[in-house]
Amino acid sequence: MKNIGSPSFSRRSFIRTSALAGGGMLIGFNLFQACKPEATPPVDISQLNFNDFNAFIKIADNGMVTIFSPNPEIGQGVKTAMPMLIAEELDVAWENVHVVQGALDTKNFTRQVAGGSQSIRQGWEPLRQTGATARQMLINAAAAKWGVDSSECKTENGVIIHANGDRLGYGEVVKEAAALKVPENITLKDPKDFKIIGTDASNVDVDKIITGKPLFGLDYKEEGMMYAVVLRPPAFGKKIADYDDTDAKAISGVQEVIKFGDKIAVLAKDTWTAMKGRNALKANWTSDAKLENTEEHDKILTDLLNGKEFKTLRADGDVNKAFAAADKIVERTYESPFLPHNCMEPMNFFADVSAEKVRLVGPIQTPERTASRVAELLERDVNDISVEMTRMGGGFGRRLYGDFALEAAEISKIAQKPVQVIYSREDDMSAGIYRPSIKYKISASIKDDKITGYHLKEASVNSNMYGLIPNFFPAGAIENYQVDVASYDSNITTGAWRAPYTNFLSFAEQSFFDEIAEILEEDRIKLRLDLLQKVKGTTDERIQYSPERLEKVIQVAVDKSGWGNAKEGVYQGFSAYYCHNTHVAEVADVVLENDIPVVKKVTCVVDCGIVVNPLGAKNQIEGGVIDGVGHAMYGDFSFKNGEPQDKNFNTYRLIRINETPEVETHFIESDIAPTGLGEPTLPPAGAAVANAIKAAKGIRLYKQPFIKHMKAKAPLG
Amino acid sequence: MPIFDLKINGQSHAVDADQDTPLLWVLRDHLNMVGTKFGCGIGQCGACTVHVDGSATRSCLLKVSMVQDMEITTIEGISDNASHPVQQAWKEIDVPQCGYCQAGQIMSATAFLNQNTNPSKSDIRDAMSGNICRCASYNRIEKAVELAASKMS
Ligand code: FES
Ligand code: FES
Repeated sequence: MKNIGSPSFSRRSFIRTSALAGGGMLIGFNLFQACKPEATPPVDISQLNFNDFNAFIKIADNGMVTIFSPNPEIGQGVKTAMPMLIAEELDVAWENVHVVQGALDTKNFTRQVAGGSQSIRQGWEPLRQTGATARQMLINAAAAKWGVDSSECKTENGVIIHANGDRLGYGEVVKEAAALKVPENITLKDPKDFKIIGTDASNVDVDKIITGKPLFGLDYKEEGMMYAVVLRPPAFGKKIADYDDTDAKAISGVQEVIKFGDKIAVLAKDTWTAMKGRNALKANWTSDAKLENTEEHDKILTDLLNGKEFKTLRADGDVNKAFAAADKIVERTYESPFLPHNCMEPMNFFADVSAEKVRLVGPIQTPERTASRVAELLERDVNDISVEMTRMGGGFGRRLYGDFALEAAEISKIAQKPVQVIYSREDDMSAGIYRPSIKYKISASIKDDKITGYHLKEASVNSNMYGLIPNFFPAGAIENYQVDVASYDSNITTGAWRAPYTNFLSFAEQSFFDEIAEILEEDRIKLRLDLLQKVKGTTDERIQYSPERLEKVIQVAVDKSGWGNAKEGVYQGFSAYYCHNTHVAEVADVVLENDIPVVKKVTCVVDCGIVVNPLGAKNQIEGGVIDGVGHAMYGDFSFKNGEPQDKNFNTYRLIRINETPEVETHFIESDIAPTGLGEPTLPPAGAAVANAIKAAKGIRLYKQPFIKHMKAKAPLG
Repeated sequence: MPIFDLKINGQSHAVDADQDTPLLWVLRDHLNMVGTKFGCGIGQCGACTVHVDGSATRSCLLKVSMVQDMEITTIEGISDNASHPVQQAWKEIDVPQCGYCQAGQIMSATAFLNQNTNPSKSDIRDAMSGNICRCASYNRIEKAVELAASKMS
C-alpha cells in the first residue's frame, strides 16, 4: 500500500475538456485507462456519452459543480464518497456539488457502461487527481487573465486568490479554462489539509429514497413493456420434460407463454397476472443428473476433510514434523450451510432486443461482462448491446452474476418486445448462486505450551478459497503452517457472497484461537498479540496483513469495549480479522435472557485507512456487523433432492430489528489510502458472538447457524 | 375486468384490475406509484407497507377488491417535499444503505408514531420488527424513530 504524501501525477491523457454551449466547462475523464485520441466531451450537456468517458464534471458559470456518473449505488455509499474525493481536490464547498447519475433516459444518456471498479480504494488516486487537475486549469486561467504566474495563486472554496488579494470565482474563468491545455504535473493535497474528506456527508440519494422515487431496477418501465415471470426447474439437476400452458393462457391478461431452454416465461401487462399465469403452468420434469441432498454434502465434505486429496495453497516449515513432535494436538472442525443472498430487491432485469440493438436495463454489478455474455448468447456484435445500470436493492455478490439479464434478453428476443423479468422471492431464493457449504478442519500442534504448527484444511462445495487468503493471519506467525483445500463438484450453483470465503473462515479461525487460549490457560488477547509479534518485520511479501495494524485494532477494541470489566451478567467474546485490505477487531457483549444468549452490543474497531465519509462508513460497518451476527445466528439453507428447502422469509430467517445488537464503531486514525468497508466487518462477527456464548453458557459452537446447534447441544429455555 | 374506485393519497383512481390483484401491484403496475416495494409477497418483510385507514398494512396481501372506500396512503403521499418528521429523521440520521426497504420502514414508523407518541426503545423494536432490512440499517432505524418521536411530540 502506498502512502500518500504529495505525489505528482500526469493525468493529461485521462482528461479532456470542452466549453459548454450554454456556459460552463465540462471535464470528461477516465479513471483507469487513457481517453481515445479522438474523444472529446460534448459542448451540449444533454449529449453526455459514457462510451468515451467514465464520468463528467460540469463547472457552471455560477461556480456550481455537477458530477455525472453512470455508476449507481449498491448500498455501499460509494456514490457519495467518490464525488467527495473530486470535490476535495477541486477545492469547492460540498454543498455546491451535485451528484447526478446518468438518468435512465436514453435521450440524454445513450449508453451507460460503468468502467472500472466502483471501489473507493481504486478510485482514491485517480479521482483526486482529476479534481486537482481541474483546479489547476482554473488557476491557470485566472493567472493568465491577471497576467501573473500561476504559482502566485491559491484557491479557497471555489475562488482563485492571487497573492495581492485579487479574487475570481471558478465560474468566472470556466470559459478560458476549458480552452487550456490539460496540465501535466499536479500536486495533490496533503491529507492534513483535507476539508471534505473525513467529514460526514449524507447519502446523495437520500431525498429520493425517503420519498419513494423510482430508482431501482424493479421501478424501471417503458412503453409497451411486458412483465415476465418464469417457471424454472424446481430442483438443481432437473430438466423440463413436457408442459401444458392451457390454464395459464386462459387467465385473462396473460399475453404470451414462451419456452426457452428448460424454462417457461409467462408475459403479461402487469406483474400479478404474469405471476398467476406462471403458477398455472403445469410441467413435468425429468432428471439425468444427480439430485443432491444436504446430508449427502455433509458426508462428502467430511470425507474430503479426512481424505488425502488436497491442493496445498501455502506451506511453511513442516507441519508433519511439528505434529510428530507435539506434546498435544488440538483438532477442531467447523461447518457452515449454504446461504442465499436474499437481496431485498429480488432479481430483475429489463431487455429490449430488436434488429438494430439490444438494450438492457437493471441492477447489475458487472455491466461489461454481462454485455459480452448477452452478445454471445444472442450471437450479436457486442457493440449492439448497451447495459444501463439502476440503483440496486442490495448486492452482496449476487448481482455480479448476470443470469437474470440473460434470461431477459432471451425472452425479449423471442417475444420481440421489451420485457422485464421479475423474480418472486421464491424464485430469487431457489434460483440462487449460493455461498457454498464449507467445512474447515484446523489442527494445531502444541509443544511446551506454544503453538508450533497450524494446519488448515478446507472442504467446500464447488470452489475453494482464492489465492491470497492463505496469506492472511496466522500466516507468518507460526513456523510450521499449511493450508490445504479440496472441493466437490456439485450442480448447485455457488458463488461470491459478502466477504467471500472469509465470511466463514474467520469464524473457524477466531473460534479456534479462542479455544487454544483456553486449553493453554493463556489470556486470549495476549495469545493473539504474541502471535502478531512474530510477524513484525517479516520479509515475506506474500503476507497480506499488517501485524502492527492488527495489533492496534485489537488494543483499541480491548480498551473501548471495557474488555475484562464487563458488568455482572454480560459475557464478552473477542475476534479480530484482516480481509479486504481492512483490519478489524470486534467484541460482542452477550447476556442471557431466560437462559437464551442475546447479543446486546458489538464494539467494532476498524482500520480502513483514511475514512472518507465517516457517516456513510459507520453505516457500512453497522450493517456488516449485524449481517454477520444475523447469518451466524440464523442463516440456514438446505437441499433435498436438489430442491432448496426454504423459499421465503416465513421459514428462512433473517435478523430483525428486535434481535439486533447496538454497534459501537471506532476508527483508527490513519493517513494511509482508504480501503473497502462493505465486507470486512462481517467475517469477525460470528466468532465474537460464538466466543461470548462460550463465556456465557460454557457451550463451544462449531457449526452455523448457532440457533440450531445451540438447541442441539443444550435444550434452551 | 371490474373497475375499482380507490382513494389513494387523497385522490380518486379508477383501476381496471382483476379482483384478486394485491394492492401492491395495483400501485406499482397500474398506477405507476413505485415507491411501495415488493420484497416477499407473503407479509413477512414489510417492504410493501402502506397505510389503510391509518394502519400500517402489507399491501402484498391486500386484494384490490377489499380496499374500496378506504383511505390509502403510500410513501408518495405522506408529505410534500419529504417534510414529514419521520422522513426528516431518516434524513438526519442518514438511515438508508441500499434504500430498498426504507419506504416500508418509514410507513411502519409513521403509523406506529401516530398511535404511540412516546415510545420506549423496546416499543420501537417491537413495532419495527415486521420490517426486514437486508442491509441491516437497524441501529439507525431505531435512532431515527426515536428522533421522529421527539419531533412529533
Ligand atoms: S412484500 Fe409485502 S410483506 Fe414483503
Ligand atoms: S437499506 Fe437495503 S434493505 Fe434496508
